[in-house]
Formats: sequence, C-alpha cells, structure tokens
Amino acid sequence: MAPALAWLTALMVVPCALVLALAFFRRGTYGGIEYTFTLENFGLVFDPLYAGIFLNSARIAGTATLIAVVIGYAAAYAIAAAPRRLQPVLLFFAVLPFWSNYLIRTYAWIVLLNREGLVTQLLRWFGYTGEPPSMLYTEGAVIAGLVYNYLPFVILACYAPLSRLNPELAEASRDLGASALTTFRRVILPLTVPGIAAGAVFVFVLSIGNFVTPALLGGGRFQMIGNLVYDQFLTANDWPFGAALAMALIVIMLLVLMAQAIAADRASGHAAEARSNADG
Amino acid sequence: MLPKREATPMAERSPATRRTLWLVLSLVFAFLYIPIAVLVALSFNEGGLPTAWSGFSLKWYASLTGNSEILSAALNTLIVALVSTAIATLLGTLLAIGIEMRRQYGKGLEALIFAPMIIPDIVLAIALLSFFSMLNITMGLHTIILAHVVFNLAFVCSVVRARLKSFDWSITEASADLGASALTTFRRVTLPVILPAVVAGALLAFTLSVDEFIIAFFAAGAGRASTTLPMQIYAMIRFGITPEINALASIVMAVSITALTLSQRLNRGVIGQ
Repeated sequence: MAPALAWLTALMVVPCALVLALAFFRRGTYGGIEYTFTLENFGLVFDPLYAGIFLNSARIAGTATLIAVVIGYAAAYAIAAAPRRLQPVLLFFAVLPFWSNYLIRTYAWIVLLNREGLVTQLLRWFGYTGEPPSMLYTEGAVIAGLVYNYLPFVILACYAPLSRLNPELAEASRDLGASALTTFRRVILPLTVPGIAAGAVFVFVLSIGNFVTPALLGGGRFQMIGNLVYDQFLTANDWPFGAALAMALIVIMLLVLMAQAIAADRASGHAAEARSNADG
Repeated sequence: MLPKREATPMAERSPATRRTLWLVLSLVFAFLYIPIAVLVALSFNEGGLPTAWSGFSLKWYASLTGNSEILSAALNTLIVALVSTAIATLLGTLLAIGIEMRRQYGKGLEALIFAPMIIPDIVLAIALLSFFSMLNITMGLHTIILAHVVFNLAFVCSVVRARLKSFDWSITEASADLGASALTTFRRVTLPVILPAVVAGALLAFTLSVDEFIIAFFAAGAGRASTTLPMQIYAMIRFGITPEINALASIVMAVSITALTLSQRLNRGVIGQ
C-alpha cells in the first residue's frame, strides 16, 4: 500500500499543492516567479475578459452535456429494451470507441467537417454547387466533438439504472390511467436520475477543462479554460495566473461533484415517492 | 428493495415503439462509427484524398515505415507505456489488496485514489511541470513515466478492487493455518483469483498510456528526443490532414481496441462499471 500512496502523494498531491501555492505569488518581470504574496491572480480570474472565457466554456460544456445526455439516455433506453442476450454486445460496441485514442477521434471530425471533407462531398453529391460550408472551426464543431467523445460514457451511466428498472412499476402506472408520457416523467425518469447525473457530471467536467477539442476543432478561435491555462504556462509564461486558473477549474469540478451528490441524494427520496406513486 | 426483474423486453412492445427504438440505436451507432470508419477507409485510399476513391492501396502504411520521426515516437510510446504499466500494475495491485484486506475505506483514502481519474488532465499536467521544474529535474521519457504511473495506478487499483470485493479472505487464513508463508499464500491463493483482473488492469493502463497526450506533452520537456506518438500525431494534425495520419491513426486505434477487447474479455463487466 505504502509505495502506491507515496507515489500518489509525491506526484499528485504535492504538485497540486504547489500549484495552489503558486497562485498566490506574483509574476516576475521576465516571466519568472516573484515570491511575494498576492491575491491579484484570483482577482484577474474575475476580470471581465477572463470571466467571459469561463462563461463561454461553461456554456459550451453545458450545451455538449445536454445533447450528450439526451442522445445517451435514448440510446441507453433502447439498449435496455433490446433482447436480453443482445444487451451486453450492444453496450460493448457503444462503449468501444471511448477506449480508442481521444486525439484520433477528434481528428476524425476534422476529416468529416473540413471544406473538402465528407460532409461537403455528400452535399455536392446531392446536387449542392455553392461554396463549401464552413463547419470546422466553429462552436458547433467543438460541441459536436465533445458530444462524440463523451457520449459512450453517458450511455454506460444511464444503462445501469435503466436495466434494473422494475417493469411492474411502469405497468402499474399505466393501469392506473397514466399516459406513457406521465409514466415516463413521474416513474421512469426519477428512478434513473442517478445515472443521468453521473453521466452529466462526467461530460461537463471533462468538457470544461478540455484542451484538445477547442484547439483542434475550434481552430484556436474558441478559447476555453483549458486553452487559457495552456497559454499561461507555455506561451504567456505567467505561471502564477495559470495556477489560479487551474485552481478555479478544480473549484468548478468540486462544485459540480457536490451538486451530483445532492441530486443523487434527492433522487433516492424521489425514487421512494415514484414507487409509492406507482403502487397507488 | 425491489425484486430483481428484467426490464420489459422489446418483444412485448408495440411494433411502432420497437421500430422507433431500433431506429434510435441505428442512428447512435452510425454517429459513433461513421467518423472512425471514414478515417480507416481513407487510409487505404490510393489517392489519399477524401474527394475520390482511387483504389485500394497500402502505400500510406508503407510510407510510415520510412518515417524516422514516427518510428522514434512509436518507440518512445512503447517504452513509456510498458514501463509505466509495469510499475502501475505492481503498485496498484498491492494498493487494492491492502485496502480490501484491511477494509480501510477512509474518505481521504478514497478521494486520493479517485482524484487521478477525475482531475482535469491539464491541471495535473501543469502541476507536474511546475513540480519538475522547481526541483530542477531534467524532463524526458522518465518524467513522462513517473506521471503516467499516477493515473495508471488508480485505474489498475479500481479494476483489481472490483474483483477483490467478492474474495473470501478466510481462505488466506486457512492457507496460513496450514503453514504457508505470506508469500506462498499470495502466490498460490490470492494471485490466481485476482490474476484476470490484474491482467485486465494492466491492459487498460497500457492503452491509457499509449493514448495519453496532454500530461506527456507537459512532462516531456523541451526538444524532440522524448516525443511520444500522440504528441507526434498532434503536431501532424496541426500541420494539416495527410494520408499518413489516417494510416497511423488506424494503427493506433487498432492497437488500443485490441488491448481493450482482450481486457474486457478477461474481466467481464468490470471495466467501465
């Protein structure tokens, strides 16, 4: 046990604590670090320019999360409704792309969306003759890339509670006169909230700190927090500010995880209610 | 507790619902697989361009073998992945056994093991860069290995722990009572039970390491000597789309998908649960 814990402490806890400490120092004149205490790096995080990038990142990550959850839930629902023996196979193939290289999956979208890419070719084939549409280097491309990369995880997270759902509950609800929609909204959905919450948190946290997707599919035009941190460390050479940004990212992550814990807690209350609704 | 029962199978649903559900599945699978399929198909395209199919060819794969930059990056990746997987498998397995045997589930301990899996890559990357440069450690392949062990160890540990949840520790006591040493007990009793999970964890760690880009990028230091394959691919993508990237991407994808399929078969249901 000890060697593993020592490894994690030396190469994760200590470096992260170092970054936290770094955030309280001043940037030196020539890009180094000046060891005087300051809070101005955190002040800078709330500067309208950078706060705007935070809000932008949250909006892009939020949109990607919403789309991924809707598609992922529908897919998980369909898998859970498939013949029993097919379910493991379907689930395996739904998750498989997730385990291939992230960079390559993102690159695949460049191949699809670039001006002479497959989408343009398809449009031409259907008789489109105008200028190729610009799809790459847009916010839409970044969102598509994020949804594509993280969808498998949402399917996996939503499948677990959906596959354990007791069909008698839905039957009881319908027997009592509830429409299919009401049954879904009042019985099925509340019981599967933990899966949705787990999937959503995962997509949101990984999206908001993402560096590769905005850099490749946004073409550097859509800065997100991850890119901003990268720039502070590798181009602007303002490590203290980069450290403050990284800490802000960690705080957002912790807040989202807390929200998930609360949602899961509430869901267990709602689940009991949903059961009593269905039982009559 | 609700009685365990299967969800309504599709057969009991109306034909219209059934058709809708199959349609949803087909669309989702098309969305997941078309981008990858296009990439792989283009890597075999003689002309190399997405504009027209000019015949099947392996020439882009052949041209990779003549590219010394790519070959050295592939060798670096192999070194990093093998060494970090070996260390992480050893440490992660011991950690999993330690936790499950003593049943220590402290909140702080759980957080420490869970953190490498959820912490944004960019944060761990800059943290390690700051750490190594503050200690004046020269960066290279060895620092990438040190960094990769951090998250690999967490993943190996979680895969092995899942297996140990159902392990009956009383058989190790029985083994000790019969006079076996701790080492013999581990080798003859514990290890055979957890071995599939250990191998599955190692395969998972190997693919994670082969695919990892950002942390390696920050921990590699200056210079081209310690460029790994993902770093090489990233640089090539920034430069533009080339048929060589398609071929290289197809190979890398085939390697990780093979390793993961093996891992999944060895350890049915544990990965990703």
